Amino acid sequence: MATKGERILEVRDLVKHFPLTQGIMFKKQIGAIKAVDGVSFDLDRGETLGIVGESGCGKSTLAKVLMALERPTSGSVKINGRDIAKARGAELKRMRRNIQMVMQDPYTSLNPRMTVGDIIGEPYDIHTEVAPKGDRARRVQELLEVVGLNPDHINRYPHQFSGGQRQRIGIARGLALQPEIIVCDEPVSALDVSIQAQVINLLERLQNEFNLAYIFIAHDLSVVRHISDRVAVMYLGKVVEIGKDVDIYDKPAHPYAQALLSAVPVPDPEGREQRERIILQGDPPSPANPPSGCRFRTRCWKAQEICATEEPLLQIRPGTTHESACHFAETHDVVHVS
Amino acid sequence: MRKTSLDTLLAEGGRSNEPLLAVDNLHVEFATRAGLVRAVNGVSYSLNPGETVAVLGESGSGKSVTAQAIMGILDMPPARIPKGEIRFHGTDLLRLSEEARTQVRGQRIAMIFQDALSALNPVFTVGWQISEMFRVHRGMSKRDGMKKAVELMDKVRIPAAKQRVNDYPHQFSGGMRQRIMIAMSIALDPEVLIADEPTTALDVTVQAQIMELLAELQRESNMGMILITHDLGVVADVADKIAVMYGGRIVENATVHEIYKSPAHPYTKGLLESIPRVDLKGQELYAIKGLPPNLLDMPTGCAFHPRCPYRQDNCVTDVPPLHEISGTRNSACHYWREVLDGDQR
Repeated sequence: MATKGERILEVRDLVKHFPLTQGIMFKKQIGAIKAVDGVSFDLDRGETLGIVGESGCGKSTLAKVLMALERPTSGSVKINGRDIAKARGAELKRMRRNIQMVMQDPYTSLNPRMTVGDIIGEPYDIHTEVAPKGDRARRVQELLEVVGLNPDHINRYPHQFSGGQRQRIGIARGLALQPEIIVCDEPVSALDVSIQAQVINLLERLQNEFNLAYIFIAHDLSVVRHISDRVAVMYLGKVVEIGKDVDIYDKPAHPYAQALLSAVPVPDPEGREQRERIILQGDPPSPANPPSGCRFRTRCWKAQEICATEEPLLQIRPGTTHESACHFAETHDVVHVS
Repeated sequence: MRKTSLDTLLAEGGRSNEPLLAVDNLHVEFATRAGLVRAVNGVSYSLNPGETVAVLGESGSGKSVTAQAIMGILDMPPARIPKGEIRFHGTDLLRLSEEARTQVRGQRIAMIFQDALSALNPVFTVGWQISEMFRVHRGMSKRDGMKKAVELMDKVRIPAAKQRVNDYPHQFSGGMRQRIMIAMSIALDPEVLIADEPTTALDVTVQAQIMELLAELQRESNMGMILITHDLGVVADVADKIAVMYGGRIVENATVHEIYKSPAHPYTKGLLESIPRVDLKGQELYAIKGLPPNLLDMPTGCAFHPRCPYRQDNCVTDVPPLHEISGTRNSACHYWREVLDGDQR
């Protein structure tokens, strides 16, 4: 296995538009939902990139494109230097082994008619070269043990497990093909509070053990901070700020990142009356028709004329330590996320 | 406020020093095919005007069932309330006739539900649904009701209320739908508002908007609010008092500052310690081991004992009473002193 710190995933100018059509017989494209609109980032082996943003900002579409479940409109997703977005047939199948997913809802993402052994072993049916038939049951039991479940429960059904245990089954399935990258789409948000910490600890332990790289999508910002090495903030299909976790949380530069962080309730009542809170008005605009220039300008308190005409690029701005996409970026400590 | 027979009843029954709403030793059980489920086992808390009481707990802890019992919207059967009182201005709601209960429900005690999309009727306009409150409870005409609906939509800050009053629920975003739910619940100036996970399905930015709106409405009308949630952040932001529920009981209640500073029950303590904190980054999170209890097969003694780091032999056999720690706080743990002092784990 290669060493830690080596680049494993390169995403460049990734765009995913879903066409909006009109008419039944002769479908005419009248527009497009710009779900992901020019996203670039890198991921190293053993690293965790957290992705945060409101619903509808394109987080989950991004995950699907990375997994090659959706084909991008343009742009590239390079895993170990090879573009999964352009791969077809046998090559695509081989590449998919290397990037796996843990889903949000452990209640709907496991087939209720399959035993746990069949669920975790199903990847081996597709990728028969990974484990020979006679070896599978043993492998599945090993995986169950790795995620902290009883290997004797291999013939049980999902309904016989609790939510946290089911999420462990989902994680075991993700590990079955020994991938290098795991995309976690809201892996703990459906779980009870007292169970969330157990699953987060498990994910961290597995990362150390197998040198996994995680794309960690979540809306709980304190969980993201705990697990991530770097964090990307998305708004309407674009990354508006990306940097090391300390930079994003302690020195956010983009107004949206500041608003998002300040909106997070702090689990400490001391000084709650004095806390500064930026409350954004309204809802995000439709991704079918995003504002010109900076997409955040319609809700931004700093917006000037230039914001409507010129789109701010994601770059390191004067006085800040990391990349942000705002003409008037300046660091401002709003953080109460503890 | 209209003078009704109920008001007279409330006035007669009301003792002057009673809190606005008091839940007293409430028990709720469900007869299911798999057996009797004791969802609520002797829950007590009280609420004063202008106050916010947060009921904190995981799924299955009985927090929503308690709220539904207060509202009188439990399906009975299968639910049964074998014991307990719910006193509103001193009058036990459980003894009222269904007719009197209807006058309390919605008018005096109102509720906001978690999932606004499924709580609203998809085939009626939002204006119609809001004005229904006025038509049914106040006997207003359709036209006057609609006028009131627009006023309320303005009050909960839905932009262009006049144009949107004839829109259907699916045409609104999640945050706007929750505002419509709030508009319906405050329509008749209730004295008690029960908010059952009002922001769980929403983004943090929208959550901040909704919580601010609720706080403002509460200040204006001096409503008492029961906030049911599992989010320790939201609770710390808005609550005055907290009741922590586990396995159908209140395991700890106290003022918000007391609980966050020094919890007196191992469960509360575990919850607070499992929140990710900056200074502990890179370390393993504290996790409460084990699973929440199965209501069909509750542990003996203290329901938390299989997961508790403070467990002693008597926890397995004796149900801990709610010990009084001070005038404002209680803990249902035999060893609350050790938990308060901290570090024995």
